[in-house]
Amino acid sequence: MKLDSKIPNGPLAEKWTNHKFNVKLVNPANKRKYNIIVVGTGLAGASAAASLAELGYNVQAFCFQDSPRRAHSIAAQGGINAAKNYQNDGDSVFRLFYDTIKGGDYRSREANVYRLAQVSVNIIDQCVAQGVPFAREYGGLLANRSFGGAQVSRTFYARGQTGQQLLLGAYSALSRQVANGKVKLYPRTEMMDVVTIDGKAKGIVTRNLITGAVESHSGDAVLLCTGGYGNVFFLSTNAMGSNVTAAWRAHKKGAYFSNPCYTQIHPTCIPVSGDHQSKLTLMSESLRNDGRVWVPKTVEMAEKLRKKEIAPKDIKDEDRDYYLETKYPSFGNLVPRDVASRNAKYVCDDGRGVNETGEAVFLDFRDAILRDGEDAVRGKYGNLFDMYEKITGENPYKTPMKIYPAVHYTMGGLWVDYNLMTNVSGLYALGEANFSDHGANRLGASALMQGLADGYFVIPYTIGDYLAKHPNEKISVDHPEFKKCEEEVKAKIQNLLSINGSKTVDHFHKKLGKIMWNYCGMARNAAGLTKAKEMIKELKKEFWADVKVLGTGEELNLSLEKAHRVADFLELGELMVVDALHREESCGGHFREEHQTPEGEALRDDEKFAYVAAWEYAGDGKEEILNKEDLVFENVKLTQRSYK
Amino acid sequence: MNLTLKVWRQQNPSDKGGFKEYKLSGISADMSFLEMLDVLNEDLSEKGEDPVHFDHDCREGICGMCSLYINGQPHGPTQTTTCQLHMRSFKDGDTITIEPWRANAFPIVKDLVVDRGSFDRIIQSGGYVSVNTGGVPDANEIPIPKIIADEAFDSATCIGCGACVAACKNASAMLFVSAKVSQLALLPQGKVEKRERAEKMVAQMDEEGFGACTNTGACSAECPKEIDLSNIARMNREYFAASLSTEKS
Repeated sequence: MKLDSKIPNGPLAEKWTNHKFNVKLVNPANKRKYNIIVVGTGLAGASAAASLAELGYNVQAFCFQDSPRRAHSIAAQGGINAAKNYQNDGDSVFRLFYDTIKGGDYRSREANVYRLAQVSVNIIDQCVAQGVPFAREYGGLLANRSFGGAQVSRTFYARGQTGQQLLLGAYSALSRQVANGKVKLYPRTEMMDVVTIDGKAKGIVTRNLITGAVESHSGDAVLLCTGGYGNVFFLSTNAMGSNVTAAWRAHKKGAYFSNPCYTQIHPTCIPVSGDHQSKLTLMSESLRNDGRVWVPKTVEMAEKLRKKEIAPKDIKDEDRDYYLETKYPSFGNLVPRDVASRNAKYVCDDGRGVNETGEAVFLDFRDAILRDGEDAVRGKYGNLFDMYEKITGENPYKTPMKIYPAVHYTMGGLWVDYNLMTNVSGLYALGEANFSDHGANRLGASALMQGLADGYFVIPYTIGDYLAKHPNEKISVDHPEFKKCEEEVKAKIQNLLSINGSKTVDHFHKKLGKIMWNYCGMARNAAGLTKAKEMIKELKKEFWADVKVLGTGEELNLSLEKAHRVADFLELGELMVVDALHREESCGGHFREEHQTPEGEALRDDEKFAYVAAWEYAGDGKEEILNKEDLVFENVKLTQRSYK
Repeated sequence: MNLTLKVWRQQNPSDKGGFKEYKLSGISADMSFLEMLDVLNEDLSEKGEDPVHFDHDCREGICGMCSLYINGQPHGPTQTTTCQLHMRSFKDGDTITIEPWRANAFPIVKDLVVDRGSFDRIIQSGGYVSVNTGGVPDANEIPIPKIIADEAFDSATCIGCGACVAACKNASAMLFVSAKVSQLALLPQGKVEKRERAEKMVAQMDEEGFGACTNTGACSAECPKEIDLSNIARMNREYFAASLSTEKS
């Protein structure tokens, strides 16, 4: 299939404005005739559901959590970017666009990223109007800070809880529309499949997680706002329930999955402490504004630290290797995430890790506390320091934090065009669930921006164009396609329950996670990826022969829920490995050891790989088909990313 | 460490339910409380017994999904969420009693899982500023004194977990409701509707079957986000002002 990105013609800065004028509108009186299904209630889902309902559409909103307010956007800490230039420090829409394109290592679409930068300013206005308590200066105006990889202060924040405050804002807008009767909420409901009729998405099949009932819902369009797939690694900073199921099942219904190998490993997470670990906790990257990253210069000293023979404070400055500051003098500790993560791996591989497992580096606030005082540091990072102390039992005001990279975000996702529509008509993907804006690496404080941009300011315009061209036809959930899909879902549930093997779902998930982390993590190579592919195939076979899922399908059943998700992760994992193997270059979060500069930086191959890989499902057990969307750069010059 | 767990098991809302005892060994002090329960559930699953159902999601103390009434305290002995409670707060040989939130307005779904939909309905009744997407003023056109913004923020940190209700002998939701009322009443954006909002949210709270507030302060003492009791005082002011006023906001 030829992929049409539907990027509007004209100069970059005018594309979105022109497009908004050129798209068809739905008459206000007709909007109420349309039903829109929104799956997921995080920043993208809640903002889309609320905004579409305000316009007059009928919305059905689904989430697997007990309340829309619990979606994992809530855990985002650091902030949200916007090209407001309130600080008079040289920011602009073009600079935010440029930074994002460069940060993504030139693997994203110019037009999408420019639009993102344009609407970023509206997001802040919207959130403030909703009562989101952003940080303020004494004069009463909004405060900004600089954030990972940016040389201007364009990040708006709400202490270390920006995601929480933005999500509660979107949730309040959503709640208002529930009260108005324009949104019907379905909490504790998981999407099991998309239903397509004559090639168009016409609804979904869900499982009520409390009663187990498998039900159909029909609509004129389906929006997947279901987040990322980082939990394929088992250990990640994602919430326990975050999963790929909705996106993956849409993929198996024909939606292309793009760049699955682009995963972001976040540099500042609390290190793994043991095999019991169920998830990893992120420490906001804003900490790198004031914290200094270091390890001892010598392996001997690191060994003493690991054996607790010496404490960090016993190590003199001249014996500390502030490796980011030395290697990247102009960005220092603020280099982008992929660069910071890889360098932490290098120093630990070198034997200079600072905790028992040898996989941790220091993030030290000693100098910030000396310079600004403990109170000032507490004002900026108090809740993060408290969280760190609760988890590790160590006080970061007194001794440096220990951090290590962990899987945090997935840039890949469902392929979408400029309108956020997948290649399946009427099926949209918003937020982290799509692939479009972050290329091969996402910059800090850009995920919140994209989720809300898609939901508040893009989809309300672009969906009208599709609906106006497709007069609504009520399709009953008794339609044979719905019935067929329900039967397939029920059969899959029955299948999982009847295997009655000997190993728990978590057993398989942990094994998959280890394979992914070891062979498709921070650094990848052809031999490892080839091996991983076979290992995953084996594991998948073993899963379907030997998994033990207890209980019945007609009740709240956590192991059944997990089994569905892990079954999909097993399939996705294989595709990630295939994608990583085919991409014979390094870019952003995808680092192929065979392709690096003499300094160990990612080495792109723009001749061969300046394209979006869009994988097409070909049937169970068959190799997926690669489709390519060439990336055209008319406004930026592709350069080797350098943060020196 | 070795532990004895007394866990509330209840198959479904109509089941009578009861405590069941489990022995656990080899628990590390570095585990979180929920990871300890993961260990229990892996054991149970391997033996073919139904795992203990409990709510949890982010495990970072922010989503508000985890609950659990542990040894007579919501979220256990430290002022944090259950997911941030670590086993170093317990010692070898301890017996730990784990119950669900107990409140009429939070009916039990299964085992330790309760239905907190009442909180959503309270927010739906008025916990928002009535603005649509688009057409709002520039963010810096509404200056807000830092001290006010900070105070509103303190109220806004509520995670909606329901510990306040579980802690209260009357199962009152005053702390939850007042935190949202306060946040929006403090900010100029929310002032316009502040009286109506307080009235509507209190009415919904009563309709959901939450108990009355007798100012014992147990809610705030157990709140993992340390939401202050002054929120309740502020809401009462807003509520009474609304009932005395003949003007509608």
